[in-house]
Amino acid sequence: MDTARTDMVVADEMFQRVGIDEELSEHLDKPSLTYWADVWRRFRKDKLALFGLVLMVAIIATVFLGPLFSGKDYKYMDSSVKNLRPNAQYWFGTDDMGRDIFTRVCYGGRISILIGFLCTIVMFVIGSLMGALAGLKGGWVDNLIMRFAEFVGNLPYLIIVVILTMTMGRSIFAIVLAMSLTSWVGTCRMVRGQILQLKELDYIEAASALGANTTRIILRHLLPNTMGIIMVQVTMSIPGFIFGEAFLSYVGLGIRPPGTSWGALASAGQARLMFHPHILFFPCIMIVLTTFAFHLVGDGLSDALDPKLRE
Amino acid sequence: MQTVEVLIEVNNLKKYFRVGRNAFVKAVDDVSFNICKGETLGLVGESGCGKTTCGKTILGLYSTTDGEVIFDGVNIHALRPNEKTEFTKRAQIIFQDPYSSLNPRMTVGDIIGEGMDIHHLYKGKEREEKVFELLNTVGLNKEHVNRFPHEFSGGQRQRIGIARALAIEPDFIVCDEPISALDVSIQAQIVNLLMELQRSKDLTYLFIAHNLSMIKYISDRVGVMYLGNLVELTTSAELYDNPLHPYTRALLSAIPIPDPQEERRKQRITLHGEIPSSINPPPGCRFASRCQFAKEICTRAMPPLVEVDKEHFVACHLARQF
Amino acid sequence: MKNSKLLEIKNLHVSFTTYAGIVRAVRGVDLYLEEGETLAIVGESGCGKTVTVKSIMGLLPEEQAVISGEGAQINFHEHNLLAFDEDRMSAIRGMHISMIFQDPMTSLNPTMKIGDQIAESLIVHKGASGRLARQEALKMLRLVNIPNAEERIDQYPFQFSGGMRQRAMIAIALACDPEILIADEPTTALDVTIQAQIMELIKSLQRERNTGVILVTHDLGLVASMADRINVMYAGQIVERGTTDEIFYDPKHPYTFALLRSVPKLSDHKQEALYSLVGTPPDLIKPPVGCPFAPRCRFAMRICRDRPAEATHFGPSHSSYCWLHHPKANTSDVPETLLKEVV
Repeated sequence: MDTARTDMVVADEMFQRVGIDEELSEHLDKPSLTYWADVWRRFRKDKLALFGLVLMVAIIATVFLGPLFSGKDYKYMDSSVKNLRPNAQYWFGTDDMGRDIFTRVCYGGRISILIGFLCTIVMFVIGSLMGALAGLKGGWVDNLIMRFAEFVGNLPYLIIVVILTMTMGRSIFAIVLAMSLTSWVGTCRMVRGQILQLKELDYIEAASALGANTTRIILRHLLPNTMGIIMVQVTMSIPGFIFGEAFLSYVGLGIRPPGTSWGALASAGQARLMFHPHILFFPCIMIVLTTFAFHLVGDGLSDALDPKLRE
Repeated sequence: MQTVEVLIEVNNLKKYFRVGRNAFVKAVDDVSFNICKGETLGLVGESGCGKTTCGKTILGLYSTTDGEVIFDGVNIHALRPNEKTEFTKRAQIIFQDPYSSLNPRMTVGDIIGEGMDIHHLYKGKEREEKVFELLNTVGLNKEHVNRFPHEFSGGQRQRIGIARALAIEPDFIVCDEPISALDVSIQAQIVNLLMELQRSKDLTYLFIAHNLSMIKYISDRVGVMYLGNLVELTTSAELYDNPLHPYTRALLSAIPIPDPQEERRKQRITLHGEIPSSINPPPGCRFASRCQFAKEICTRAMPPLVEVDKEHFVACHLARQF
Repeated sequence: MKNSKLLEIKNLHVSFTTYAGIVRAVRGVDLYLEEGETLAIVGESGCGKTVTVKSIMGLLPEEQAVISGEGAQINFHEHNLLAFDEDRMSAIRGMHISMIFQDPMTSLNPTMKIGDQIAESLIVHKGASGRLARQEALKMLRLVNIPNAEERIDQYPFQFSGGMRQRAMIAIALACDPEILIADEPTTALDVTIQAQIMELIKSLQRERNTGVILVTHDLGLVASMADRINVMYAGQIVERGTTDEIFYDPKHPYTFALLRSVPKLSDHKQEALYSLVGTPPDLIKPPVGCPFAPRCRFAMRICRDRPAEATHFGPSHSSYCWLHHPKANTSDVPETLLKEVV
């Protein structure tokens, strides 16, 4: 017998039988973390991504709240203050018609960001539904959708935009429609690939064994599990659409005056580049900062969602 | 085994998967058997023998290549969509992998409640109570209802999977290797739970596994599969006392028994050769390439499954000759 | 006995840093291995058995794993492997101590021919020439019973079946004739008939070369057929150790007892429920203060939750960490076999 123990004095009642501790044996110690809480925990560690998020929020806040603070109207022309450099009264200066550039950049930004978001939403809804359907159903449905996607993907984008804006007028609606008509193809391919992987998993089979129909399987099981990757694509494509709109406005197919956007502002500023570079500079810097912010967030998000990097 | 009422009749079931222009994996090739009400039929075999495919085809998760599955008098592969939904209420499945079988983005309560939602069984308060009751049945508690699958251990997750299958009160459950991914001490928990549920809810099981000692323990009858064929089918006691197919014998002798003295005594039949590919398998008995008794006839003709004794079926040309 | 100790681990503690806290995966493990014997480390997933053997190989992820413990040592031939740097460790790995893993597909390089993978360690460790190494590789493939070795030597892992891949892994592991072979769940991924082949192979190679084998597994059947001695691990600690017969026929720890009883025997029939353990192993972020098994132990006493038990020795090789063997213990409803021989 163990000698060390013989000298040890232990009170008799310590040897009372207590048996199984039901409470403890099924107890979960780890804090409950939902999927997105867990993603946020990892996202937060990435300082650069966090900076991107702050920048993104700051830009959006400026764009929407800025005009309240400048107290000016974006359409108001004051011929006494043409082409002013940035100063205390006109933070970003004024343009050749004496309008306050700061307020115009804010209004333009609203339109640009709105178009970015709208196009992304349309792209993402059409693309993921088509992709999910193709991936899940397979066979001729898959073939039909993917061939159609290829067809759409190969349409000359510019010609469609020109035709649409000519027939429907240069409204936000026409621009969004024109840009998202072809863009969903990429999302569709990506979602389909994801679904093809996911549908091999047992929980999809379990759902169909329970009698779940296709709609339910797509909406409840497949899409929530591709949401992570979709989110990354969403953040990455918003700046793409902002750029796209800027390009259209720049070539004169975008927003019609007096409405404006960053692209339209840049286009107008370009003519004054030689003598008044600040008119071009501010809308451009906003586009660059926005793109930068969204990309940082997207990068951080894709790292945070990478299962390989989860501890 | 007092009841002889047949619940499921599997007749000449075939399931081939196309893998190339003229290449098929014959995952299940002409398999027939019955499952009686209230019994546990074990299906045993090595990976790739088609036992899982067989179970999933019986549930209608895969379509058949040929043959039929009669569930309570109805061919389940000839059902209309709404009838099919009705059928899913009666037949359920429990999966092997407790990790991939639960949707990581749903709470435990939603996972268990999903079947009730689909079949509109319970709503609101009643649904909640039912979920609590099911959690309790499988030995988990109320507090777990809002947690996500990844927070649980393998055994706990498997019990969530069982609760999900039980939620719509089925008559028949396919248990697809429900314990092979679990730790030894947890396996007994799950097996006990399944047996207790069978008694209290009058369930019929098709229990698929590769662990012979566990399958013998839980099953009333056992079928042995090899490369898509059913090679032997009999009561579990008879299978262990009097195995007739050379493959069954090899399989029995290969299981390591947790008894060192027995292990030292045992003369193990070691099989030589690799398992042939199930893509366009050769004619004749599929086991012939690894069988020490194989004769010329074995490579020529596929032996049919015949009843050599009461309730003892075997597919071997040479059964009883060695 | 002293001279033949090939490997000795003393008071090994390993912790991992995770977001939820520090996981104390191994908490004071002592064990040894002698020449030519098979030591089985038996336990459930997460009990620390794999972490223990990985720390012998120096294969733990450096940025997360912390090896600690007062006087912690892994002694191999008078060298403390814990003090070795990566360079010296890699000279030991593959040459003196080899390891085979559960999943042969992920541990073989898919873009390298099997023969080259076997030859690699011979070239690296023994400085063999390419031709010599190839000949040796061929010999190894024949040794592990791979048919058509001349042809197979130039094939890639995907052309091998699961059983053959595991045999190729064994060939790689044994190429340099190591003194210790660590087999971490070597057959879990394989079918029973293939498993039997692999285990026979390891046994016969071990006999031929007098290799010490550490077998890590949760499969009690495998242990019964392979092991000379067994260490039973639970929640990062060894709870019982003894020879195979002592553990199987005379278990002294309630955990070992329950583990053995929870497996049905081939002679059992479907009548009564299996002896089962309730609950799950403890979370090693907050390991229990007392005996780690206490929450799931039906014989637990108050002291069990309070204080870790010390070793009780039942013979030169058999010891168990359980309060039931304390003279004052309440043994009213404890099965005879857990207690006998205790004064």
